[in-house]
Amino acid sequence: MYQYTEFDRQFVRARADQYRDQLTRWQAGTLSEDEFKPLRLQNGWYVQRYAPMLRVAVPYGELSSAQVRILAKIAREYDQPNAELFKDAQAKQNLLGPVLTGGLAIGSKLTAGYAHFTTRQNIQYNWIPLDKSADVMDLLASVDMHGIQTSGNCIRNITSDERAGIGADEIADPRPFGEILRQWSTLHPEFAFLPRKFKIAISGAREDRAATAWHDVGLHLIHNAEGELGFKVLVGGGMGRTPIIASVIREFLPWHQVMNFIEAIVRVYNRYGRRDNIYKARIKILVKAEGQRYIDDVEAEYLQIMEHDGGPHTISQAELDRVTACFVPPSLSCDRKSADAKIANILRAAAEDDIEFGRWLKQNVAAHKNPDLRAVTLSFKRLGQAPGDATADQLDKAAELADAFSAGELRVTHDQNLLLPWVACDQLPELWRAARKAGFARPNIRLLTDMIACPGGDFCSLANARSIPIAEAITERYQDMDELHDLGEIDLHISGCINSCGHHHSGHIGILGVDKDGLEWYQVSLGGSDGSNLSGDPLPGKVVGPSFTATEVPEVIEAVLETYRQQRTSGETFIATLRRIGMEPYKTAAKNARIPVVVQD
Amino acid sequence: MKLLTTNDSTAEQTGTVVFANDADPMDLPLEGIKRIDLHFPKFTDGRAYSQAFLLRRRREFTGEIRATGDVLVDQLAQMERSGFDVAVLRADQPLDVAQRVLASYPGYGVGRYQGDAVQIKPHFANTESTSS
Repeated sequence: MYQYTEFDRQFVRARADQYRDQLTRWQAGTLSEDEFKPLRLQNGWYVQRYAPMLRVAVPYGELSSAQVRILAKIAREYDQPNAELFKDAQAKQNLLGPVLTGGLAIGSKLTAGYAHFTTRQNIQYNWIPLDKSADVMDLLASVDMHGIQTSGNCIRNITSDERAGIGADEIADPRPFGEILRQWSTLHPEFAFLPRKFKIAISGAREDRAATAWHDVGLHLIHNAEGELGFKVLVGGGMGRTPIIASVIREFLPWHQVMNFIEAIVRVYNRYGRRDNIYKARIKILVKAEGQRYIDDVEAEYLQIMEHDGGPHTISQAELDRVTACFVPPSLSCDRKSADAKIANILRAAAEDDIEFGRWLKQNVAAHKNPDLRAVTLSFKRLGQAPGDATADQLDKAAELADAFSAGELRVTHDQNLLLPWVACDQLPELWRAARKAGFARPNIRLLTDMIACPGGDFCSLANARSIPIAEAITERYQDMDELHDLGEIDLHISGCINSCGHHHSGHIGILGVDKDGLEWYQVSLGGSDGSNLSGDPLPGKVVGPSFTATEVPEVIEAVLETYRQQRTSGETFIATLRRIGMEPYKTAAKNARIPVVVQD
Repeated sequence: MKLLTTNDSTAEQTGTVVFANDADPMDLPLEGIKRIDLHFPKFTDGRAYSQAFLLRRRREFTGEIRATGDVLVDQLAQMERSGFDVAVLRADQPLDVAQRVLASYPGYGVGRYQGDAVQIKPHFANTESTSS
């Protein structure tokens, strides 16, 4: 992974010092609340429903075990609210009532002392007091980490494919470009106060595993007809109230011009993006309203940057080489012949007792660019723990597994799990046992219970409804592994409000929390796609009908899944059946799953 | 960067243009212009940064570019890097803190990765030219 230079290190340390100075001025009252707010936000500090929330940047999702240990330390020592605040928060959440399912009442159960993986591969904490915030920034800086531009109307942390640099279908490694773009966008003086936040995703593989079409800018590494490397550039995608799939603005951009071109994209947006209405301020609205005129303006600005300004951000071969040298794969190999025999033995033995190892190989282990290696996903989706949450002990354990089995490296995935990118195939049985012992080996990756959920109304001040109890109720209902594997691969995405942090628009099944007269209701949508091979062309889902109560949601999901089971042909996935038969049968099933209101005299 | 308080700031003179923050700096006639005032209606409205950049780099304007309006201590360095050379602090902003913050975190905060209106080349290009 990228190795910080002395300059990079000084930069992050100075940023931590600068933040401490700003915090001190705010505490002394010389910096007003309104003026401190964007400064703390640009370092990742929000103030949420009950407490501050910190979002830590994980550039393109890549982490070292040393970083994970510091993240664990922060969870253990700093993600700790005082008892009164915590008690008060739990009491307020209790007033929202439970989700009733299968004879169980599933309410909010707040937890502290943990970290949360986000869909944008970042890490969040929910309970760190603001007066400790500068100490936490120092700790992060000690392992080359920070919260720069994880919030605010600026260029956010750049995300990528969880299999960047290791995917068997990769055209070129996107991480060096992700890193070069990270450096370019970090504290860009002209682009710190854009009309709205700005998200870039970059993919180097044939399959889009980074949901690039759902981003403000999506970058795909490709080769042109002459065999030269470059980018297909997409612009103007986004979720929220107006889900829009990004348009192609450039079919081919030479790799060394990517910063100059994005500078043009962002400058035109900074000048013409709407600032009068927060819901119309994202670049997607500008691109949609202006169409070709926006594209022409960007091309004209790009020409000026190249011809008049001299293309100052043209990436030199030397700079690409310098950064690429950080991403040289660890030298690992394995005896494939003995590995195959070993795995076959374990599988045979395991099959006599249970088929869990085989299922784990199928769901949690992915092919690798290097045939001796595998990518292994550690599942953080289990009953009793919110999707993507990891306790301090779990983080330490994951770091230990990374050291033992994955050259000390991990990735945060878009689906809110951790991935070990460098596992030798002859170590799979050992890793499986160790992961099982740690509770990470649940073979549910990409299945229904590997759902995406935002923190929702348990933590977030924007949420209209809670996500976590809904996720818990559905997880509770689908505990049977045979049933889960029979249902197959399904993207279930839950957002607590229209800001869509839980990516409900792109779920095969999407659940969106809405507010009706101060009560929690949920819209269910079907057929969304993030653009992966399984899901097909990127597409927002369509709602099945008027919104449901929390208690109805698990019933509706069950009815929808039952419809799939009745209608599917042999081997057909959920999304394929839906595309073939259309929405109607599901709409009917969802409608019939409503719980009739008993009118009392 | 020269910092002014509202008391020090001189009124518009001949050769001064007060330029709206939604106007196109590429259209502004520059003959005889000595000073251009760019306005921040709110400090979170970042249009004037791009205007300053375009005036300085694209139009090669060499006169004064002055920041007015909601000009706060913590945005001065990025103004400087975008091409402003004078800033009129909002009335309640302490000059001593402004000077300290600007001096302690050179180059907007903490250093600079990317080129800007003042130093055209990004950090990596400078490193390459000094090491070769």
